[in-house]
Amino acid sequence: MDFALAPEDRMVAETVRDFAQTEIAPGAAERDRDGIFDLEIFRKMGELGLLGLPIAERYGGAGGTYLQYAIAVEEVSRVCASTGLSFAAHVSLGVGSLNLLGSEQQKERYLVPAARGEFLAAFGLTEPGAGSDAGGTRTVARAVEGGFVLSGAKSFITNAVSAGVTVVTAVTDPGKGTRGITAFLVPRGTEGFHPSAAYDKMGMRASETAEIELRDVFVPDDAMIGGRGEGLHGFLEVLDAGRISIGAIGVGIAQASLDASLRYAGEREQFGSKIGSFQAIQFKLADMAMEVEMARTLVQKAAWLKDQHQPFGQVSAMAKLFASEAAMRAASQAIQIHGGSGYIREYPVERYLRDAKLLEIGEGTSEIQRLVIARGLGLR
Amino acid sequence: MNVVVLVKQVPDTATRIKVSSGGVEIDPRGVNYVMNPYDEFAVEEALRVKELHGGQVTVLTVGGEKADEALRTALAMGADEAVRVSADAKDPLTTARAIASVVRELGPDLVIAGKQAVDDDQGQVGSLVAALLDWPQVTVVTELELSPEGGVAEREVEGGVEVVEFSLPAVLTAQKGLNEPRYASLPGIMKAKRKEIRQVAVDAAVTGEPVLRTTALHVPEERSAGIILRDMDAAALAKELVRLLHEEAKLI
Repeated sequence: MDFALAPEDRMVAETVRDFAQTEIAPGAAERDRDGIFDLEIFRKMGELGLLGLPIAERYGGAGGTYLQYAIAVEEVSRVCASTGLSFAAHVSLGVGSLNLLGSEQQKERYLVPAARGEFLAAFGLTEPGAGSDAGGTRTVARAVEGGFVLSGAKSFITNAVSAGVTVVTAVTDPGKGTRGITAFLVPRGTEGFHPSAAYDKMGMRASETAEIELRDVFVPDDAMIGGRGEGLHGFLEVLDAGRISIGAIGVGIAQASLDASLRYAGEREQFGSKIGSFQAIQFKLADMAMEVEMARTLVQKAAWLKDQHQPFGQVSAMAKLFASEAAMRAASQAIQIHGGSGYIREYPVERYLRDAKLLEIGEGTSEIQRLVIARGLGLR
Repeated sequence: MNVVVLVKQVPDTATRIKVSSGGVEIDPRGVNYVMNPYDEFAVEEALRVKELHGGQVTVLTVGGEKADEALRTALAMGADEAVRVSADAKDPLTTARAIASVVRELGPDLVIAGKQAVDDDQGQVGSLVAALLDWPQVTVVTELELSPEGGVAEREVEGGVEVVEFSLPAVLTAQKGLNEPRYASLPGIMKAKRKEIRQVAVDAAVTGEPVLRTTALHVPEERSAGIILRDMDAAALAKELVRLLHEEAKLI
């Protein structure tokens, strides 16, 4: 057993930390306030090699590991969780789908440029009537000469307005339930494909979240990805891997909450002493540090299992669940430590709480994660 | 134009340093090591020289296996080759002798080092290497322009800038402001992992005897908190200040 990161893992961490401090941290508060999704940041992330970090070099990636990717998501999210979320959705879901299930042709056309950072990728599963229940998918794909015609609507799809390609799930075989769902690749600008970033969100405000209207969108046969009827079941590994990255965002927010609280506790004086000298505050900080460590260990274990090609679904559900709840607790305690100052926008901690809340909802709610874990225990 | 860059691995400046039980070294446990920040400017400048004039960038360090990390960072930034020199280097002079012997063998057109390492702040090695090689040296360089025969460097001096002309081969030491070091790219990190680090042993006959010996190393004594006088009128305040300086601080 070895808990130590390899030297190149530490180099990835240091490089991304430096980059995040210099290129992403400035303006994070303003982007949150104004709801600005800054593509320039993603251009720079692409240059650094972040947008294809765990993808093989022959497909335009950096040839890194999922563990390194989880570390990178943590470091980005530590300064700006919104950027972390769009980064994670691009790599885990968009690029991850292409990497795991794309044909050679699809990889050439979409994976290579997406991994190089030439465009973002998105993954459209959720619908107004299909959240935790993917079986509720109403978007249909009607077989026509040479391809399919998609119609319906998707909701809460990260990156979908800016993305060069979006994976869209639709019912090809009604009556077969979740086995009748198939995934298709829809390139940006396809006729009838209308994404719009219309939400006024509580948090993750600098991440692009789109509604998509699909009005008779024709896609050719070779746009199908993962096989007919495999649009949900074939993508379970992609979704499991996505959970690791959501966990990593949680670790980043929790760490940022701890950092901000430690700083504040060392400055703020009450009753003639720094509040960090009071046990009431020390105990909160100790609990936060412990939960950060636990969340990080779980997330990194799940990533490591994936890198070792071992089953990781159970641990990734635990990592996602624990890290997102730890982020909520840490952000909430960070506000408590900051007192009134924590409740106003002059300090970043209220943003941490708003951002953290999404993690308990997106990519499988906390309730669904508990269900997954329970089923892993053999419970039905 | 072939460039050798001298790099050193130093404790991250954010690390809390403890002195080890022997009292002359820092305790390496729990210390996060990074490439000396001034050496990052040196690596960046060497890469720019290569981009402009062609040639190769070789990074060189003296140390144990742990120091490979600093070399790999430079490789990830884009350096072509790395050499780790193992030698019994105990002070700046023995270190410089070891480096000079390897540089002589590599035969570069230019050697660039950071102006000083931020751990012991001696700032000697670059200059000593130049002296041992009998090459021109320009220290604290903030701007550099090269031609095949020589170069012009700007260096920081008190209250201004000095412009210096030199011939090649030469040794330069890099000051902050020389450039903006690039990030090690992530594909670069993965490629650097696969590159070989050449190990060169320099024996004691070459390094010779050290001329400096560290006899003690202390962390600064902790200072007690200051006293702020407030809520008094000027006369009372002055009186209290005099009393404290006389009775407590015993300064007057």
